[in-house]
Amino acid sequence: MISRRDFLQSSMAASALLGASGFGRWARLAAQQSLTQDQLLQFDTYGNVSLIHVTDIHAQLKPIYFREPSINIGVGENRGAVPHITGAEFRRMYGIEDGSPSHYALSADDFEALARGYGKVGGLDRMATVINQIRADRPDALLLDGGDTWHGSYTCYHTQGQDMVEVMNALKPDAMTFHWEFTLGSDRVNELVESLPFAALGQNIFDAEWDEPAELFPPYKFFERGGVKIAVIGQAFPYMPIANPGWMFPEYAFGIRDEHMQEVVDEVRGMGAELVVVLSHNGFDVDKKMAGVVSGIDVILSGHTHDALPEPVLVGETVIVASGSNGKFVSRVDLDVRDGRMMGFRHKLIPIFSDVITPDPEVAQLIDTVRAPYEEAMGEVIGQTASLLYRRGNFNGTWDDLICDALLSEREADIALSPGVRWGPSLLPGQDITREDIWNVTSMTYGAAYRTEMTGEFLHVVMEDVADNLFNPDPYYQQGGDMVRTGGLGYRIDVTQPQGSRISEMTLLATGEKIDPARPYQVAGWASVNEDTEGPQIWDVVESHIRKQGTVTVQPNNSVAVVGA
Amino acid sequence: MDVTRRNAMFMGAGALVAFGLPLRATTADIEAITAFTGGAEMADTGVTLTAPEIAENGNTVPIEVSSPGASEIMVLALGNPTPSVATFGFGALAASHAASTRIRLAGTQDVVAIAKLEDGSFAKATSTVKVTIGGCGG
Repeated sequence: MISRRDFLQSSMAASALLGASGFGRWARLAAQQSLTQDQLLQFDTYGNVSLIHVTDIHAQLKPIYFREPSINIGVGENRGAVPHITGAEFRRMYGIEDGSPSHYALSADDFEALARGYGKVGGLDRMATVINQIRADRPDALLLDGGDTWHGSYTCYHTQGQDMVEVMNALKPDAMTFHWEFTLGSDRVNELVESLPFAALGQNIFDAEWDEPAELFPPYKFFERGGVKIAVIGQAFPYMPIANPGWMFPEYAFGIRDEHMQEVVDEVRGMGAELVVVLSHNGFDVDKKMAGVVSGIDVILSGHTHDALPEPVLVGETVIVASGSNGKFVSRVDLDVRDGRMMGFRHKLIPIFSDVITPDPEVAQLIDTVRAPYEEAMGEVIGQTASLLYRRGNFNGTWDDLICDALLSEREADIALSPGVRWGPSLLPGQDITREDIWNVTSMTYGAAYRTEMTGEFLHVVMEDVADNLFNPDPYYQQGGDMVRTGGLGYRIDVTQPQGSRISEMTLLATGEKIDPARPYQVAGWASVNEDTEGPQIWDVVESHIRKQGTVTVQPNNSVAVVGA
Repeated sequence: MDVTRRNAMFMGAGALVAFGLPLRATTADIEAITAFTGGAEMADTGVTLTAPEIAENGNTVPIEVSSPGASEIMVLALGNPTPSVATFGFGALAASHAASTRIRLAGTQDVVAIAKLEDGSFAKATSTVKVTIGGCGG
């Protein structure tokens, strides 16, 4: 008799051979240079349960360009493991042909040329078409939203998340978990969550005062689909009050709380759950570790670190699915659950090619309606770009180089710091930069651009602290996100060293001099987690800078020397 | 001002924290442990310490200790100026041998729980709690 583990793995192997994960047929598509919606959505319905996973949409209602990272270093046990493999190595690993649609969707090389060929990605109206198509195959499929949905655009900021709530409601999710949503402030989050027609889950969302589970966010919800009792457990971003301003939601505490996760898994199993799904905003490496610590989870739908993987990763008997960001992908996971256990799965990461997938007319209409009051203001052209503007990468991206330049010149600073967030679409050379484009990479509820004095020693502490959030070898001490971006400051980083010893050779680029630990420097930055941060909003600073430039050109950035990658 | 929170968190914590290094145990801590255990070996299992990996607020970090067979559990924050946090005693009729409290941590450091079991042996659990200025989430 085939063991459960063998069955899982053989199912995985078969799906790879047959191309059920989507990438096997790209070679032919590349030859044809023609993609169709049917090809993108082709899926041989399997088993008796379907899960649809979307995550980290960051309020991108409309199609965009989105360049994946070319540098994404893993440390400790995750060194050289997915998702810490990029570029050609990533394509070889998954058998993705150069120049294919999958190359364009999943890796960064030749981005500009491929983007011109294959067009924009995402758009919730296209996503709606894909979701409806899956529901046509499997009417009772579960749609699960991993969070970071109500943040990241001009309209989301001005409606305090209402635009996203309305459009997502039209997609009819079954459950959701959270991260940036809390930066709307706890009053607004509570108000929106109370209005939701679906479950708002988080086993790790606690009442800060009593250190007890928060009433508004149940740990799990049961669904009965295809005759299977399914428990969906929510796991919100564990480090919200640390990575984001805790003063905006002081009533709530978070944390990984894997002991509590185990208790919840045991509880739902005890109640007869035949399939346990964790809808997670942990980040991929944290989910991998948690899958090894907590027993009894069948599927983790992983979000937060914005990784898009064409195949799930298996940890023991737990399947981990990563579905990208910014509306670029939808994951479909079909499961065969029999005799109270998962016997096999079939998976496809579906890239949302906007020019290939027909928009759902009702959702398209709804998006236009929620955007209408803001179209004029956000459509204003501020300048043009001569360079590819993108954000993703461990140490820098051209959008952040531009933002740092804006901070240095508009705020008259020696050094600029820009947060290592992973959201924000890309722009191609020759494109207009609209106000909406600027907001797409800067919008947040704590966007004040501060200017302050820091000693060289203090700057070093800040850099070391952020580096440890990214390169601590234990994933439970990582917060996701990337290294703080620096303007006017060069440095060397050895990612293999412990905190305090990673950053060296800090240099003031304007003079080429080494940073003096005792000397004060004028530092401009944004997205401070401190209450009462003062300064103009970052989008205004960037807009003013771009207006003065007319056409922006971003020079290659060689200011960070990376060792130990 | 971007520096306020950090200053508040690390005020008075000294040069070690300013360099972001974990605070280490001192001779005084080791003496306190020896006084409790009499220098006996400590097993790795038998006591559970639950603490956050990264503190949301270093001034009030929730921790929980439990050890079904313990008569006493001592808690130390090895990097604090005064490492001794508490020693919980459990009588023969105690319904549960667990306690939770909140502690203040001067910086990133190890928190240690040592249980004196009813058979006279000792067990120890250690957890590193990071106190950080925070990064920037995805």
